[in-house]
Amino acid sequence: MNKETVQQTPTYLEEFKRKGYSRKDFLKFCTLMAAYLGLENAAIGQVVKAMTVKPRLPVIWLHFQECTCCSESFIRSSHPIVADVLLDQISLDYSETLMAASGFQAEEAMKNTMTKYKGEYILCVEGSVPTAADGVYCMIGGKTSMQILEEAAEGAKAVIAWGSCASNGCVQAAKPNPTSATPIHKLLKGKPIIKVPGCPPIGEVMAGVIVHVVTFGRLPELDGLGRPKAFYSKRVHDTCYRRPYYDAGLYVESFDDDNAKKGYCLYKVGCKGPSTYNACGVTKWNNGVSFPIQSGHGCFGCSEENYWDNGRIYERASAFPGFGIEATADQVGKVALGVTAVALGAHAVMTNVRKRKLIKGLEKEGKDSEHELKD
Amino acid sequence: MSTRIVVDPVTRIEGHLRIEADIEDGKIKDAFSSGTMVRLLEEILKGRDPRDAWAFVGRVCGVCTSVHSLTSVRCVEDALDIVVPPNAEMVRNIMFCAQYMHDHVVHFYHLHAMDWVDVVNALKADPKKTSELAQSISHWPKSSPGYFSDLQKRITKFVESGQLGIFSNGYWGHPAYKLPAEVNLIGLAHYLEALEWQKEIVKIHTIFGGKNPHPNYLVGGMACAITTDDISGLNAERLAYVGQLLQQGKEFIEQVYIPDLMAIASFYKDWGAIGGGLGNYMAYGDLPWNGYRDTSSYKFPSGVILNKDISKVYDVDLRKDDEVQEFIDHSWYEYKGGDKGGLHPWKGESKIKYTGPKPPFQNLDTTQKYSYLKTPRWKGNAVEVGPLSRMLVGYARGREDFKEVVDKALTDLNVPITALFSTLGRTAARGLESTLVAQWGLDFYHQLLENIKNGDTRMADSTKRDPSKWPDKALGVGHSEAPRGALAHWINIEDQKIANYQLVVPTTWNASPRDGKGQVSAYEAALRDTPIADIKQPLEIIRTIHSFDPCLACAVHLYDEDGKQISRISILGD
Repeated sequence: MNKETVQQTPTYLEEFKRKGYSRKDFLKFCTLMAAYLGLENAAIGQVVKAMTVKPRLPVIWLHFQECTCCSESFIRSSHPIVADVLLDQISLDYSETLMAASGFQAEEAMKNTMTKYKGEYILCVEGSVPTAADGVYCMIGGKTSMQILEEAAEGAKAVIAWGSCASNGCVQAAKPNPTSATPIHKLLKGKPIIKVPGCPPIGEVMAGVIVHVVTFGRLPELDGLGRPKAFYSKRVHDTCYRRPYYDAGLYVESFDDDNAKKGYCLYKVGCKGPSTYNACGVTKWNNGVSFPIQSGHGCFGCSEENYWDNGRIYERASAFPGFGIEATADQVGKVALGVTAVALGAHAVMTNVRKRKLIKGLEKEGKDSEHELKD
Repeated sequence: MSTRIVVDPVTRIEGHLRIEADIEDGKIKDAFSSGTMVRLLEEILKGRDPRDAWAFVGRVCGVCTSVHSLTSVRCVEDALDIVVPPNAEMVRNIMFCAQYMHDHVVHFYHLHAMDWVDVVNALKADPKKTSELAQSISHWPKSSPGYFSDLQKRITKFVESGQLGIFSNGYWGHPAYKLPAEVNLIGLAHYLEALEWQKEIVKIHTIFGGKNPHPNYLVGGMACAITTDDISGLNAERLAYVGQLLQQGKEFIEQVYIPDLMAIASFYKDWGAIGGGLGNYMAYGDLPWNGYRDTSSYKFPSGVILNKDISKVYDVDLRKDDEVQEFIDHSWYEYKGGDKGGLHPWKGESKIKYTGPKPPFQNLDTTQKYSYLKTPRWKGNAVEVGPLSRMLVGYARGREDFKEVVDKALTDLNVPITALFSTLGRTAARGLESTLVAQWGLDFYHQLLENIKNGDTRMADSTKRDPSKWPDKALGVGHSEAPRGALAHWINIEDQKIANYQLVVPTTWNASPRDGKGQVSAYEAALRDTPIADIKQPLEIIRTIHSFDPCLACAVHLYDEDGKQISRISILGD
């Protein structure tokens, strides 16, 4: 699946050359075509152009149970900027957020692409699909989202599941999931699906996935969960610039306390970075300006499956089942420190105690040198 | 005999909206607005931690991102009697101003402009004339003949490729497009520039809230600590970044958005008499200068205007049982005590009951229930909310800053004040309030700097975040003026958990179905009598609906469902 290529259709000129015809033959053909179509001589140039220019990658972008944060995030991309993606790289033939046409004309635009580019277009899905009550909790143009997804996926070359809604159901699939909000990989079989989770995914990551397909002509390599390896192979915790404080056992105890002002680790106020795979620590947000932890709030794991039910947002990660880090650290801590009731001192195992001393020492050093400057 | 037409999906909005309209003698005789998607977030919120609510309800909408989170923290802080530090109020205000600027510019260029600007016609423009025109209305630097000529070439190449992408199947060439080719080209150029600009202003959210869309909020204040002497918090570099972004945002609004709005409006003055609708306007007020609880310090005042009478403004009380109520006569819900009568959100109940046609279907039965939106009323009145309501309430309250921008626009366009009660008025009001908000954002920013300079670096009050300090039962209400209009959340907290959470949002006020008395809501009222040149290309419907800036994901909620939990899962392929 990973190696599957998304071949762009060759232009007519390329096709002509491949078959051994000259450019002169090609121009003759274009003149005949124009005549057949009843066009004036002046239009021949346009026909030539149309046949020389490579088709942009056709894209159909559907919206189901969602909040449009994925589309909004997509247009936040800084490299490439979205105007260039829309004008030069893809042909966004259906997007309820951006397209000019409404109603019948919108549906027709989608049908045209499904017919003309059968087997070639990319289907992007933003939102989950409610399967309860025969699908009536999401209807567009009098059809259910289940029907629309089924029709649009049939001729798609590949499917991109944008965001956590399409990848894992997100907020509407949180308990008790009253509408049976369903991620699309549970509804589609036999199609390559790229999951790009996050609420929303980072704009540059979204554009990056599209650009990968356009530039390299194939789908990006995916991990075992169907996510592009390039952006989802590292834990936020492992790429976090506050990680040294975690290792040293230096934590924010409550928001806006002295430790928060020092930029200590947010683990105790609920950061889920240790169990979250995403690019936030490296790519950051909005062209690298910041990411949640840098702005003082813990990561709450928005790219992880069922994150709304993986414990409360401000609850320390160890307090819910299925998260191993704290347990391991606690055991290590108990052995190392010989105490039983230590919760967070756990991280202050011997090597880290040394690191903590080192950091404390560096802080003192910094303050001393500042004094020296004042003096 | 009238002809029923359907527009579904209505595009360039947030969410799933369907309009059915009866056309008679080239005009809309009656119209029906239906929300066709539901997620039941209120049911999901039950039993959860009130401090987490902002994150859940933030996901109600990613277009007007942050507004539900802000309203939610205010709601929970009201219930738990938490007062946030002044710096947190300022940061929230600055973020809110950035949201307005982003939302209104994106609405104008990317969601609304193509109703007025004929993109294909822009290819016929003379770049030199376009340049002269652009320079006559603004000193925005990107305005040379070469700039417009290059753009035109790029778009020509795009069109000639035969792949029209987002411009496919637009109503190009429709007789209702009135702009000269040169104005169309300016509009198209700024569509692309605004697309690039909008990713900048939101960086204010990223600095304070870590990301955009969906920046982080916090019950008790904000999480971004002020640390003038550390790399990790709000220091001089971060604050300077915010200042620069606010300044750049203001420049774009003043030099691009407003000149374009006025230029385009001058060719569509007839729309100053179309799409007026209800004539009742409501605002809750927002942007506190002296803390959320001091309503007299709000930059946007609150109030209700009835029957276009701006000589009188009524006060609104969100806690009173008989003011804001929701009805379900034409909504796919049922009430325990029967479907007649309204409920205040603290007592709000509803249970979903879809009784519409089985999909796929051609038409809804609009004599019965026909939408997932409930129908809110203020003291029984249907009211419109949004930028126009805010500008009118500010004007009617006699606020000088409002009067100044409104009167200037009316003079420049040479139209009477009654032209405000229209589709054009709604679109113009959004631009005018953007100029006010752009300045206020800088005012709040300077106040934040002043506080820090004076030694106040507090950003959150965590003393009441501990649930053991909460009462067993608490009721709260939080409100805001979201870009699309008056928004409020109501919460019941019991045993430290959410017992009930209710949202009554702007698009529910505007896009809801009619009530039991047959009173229509704002969309349906505004569409009546609108001329339709070609029923196969109902551009005029789209214009008026877009003038409200619909946000349907916001509008649809409820908290019980009679789920036939049928898991009919279609398997595609093999």
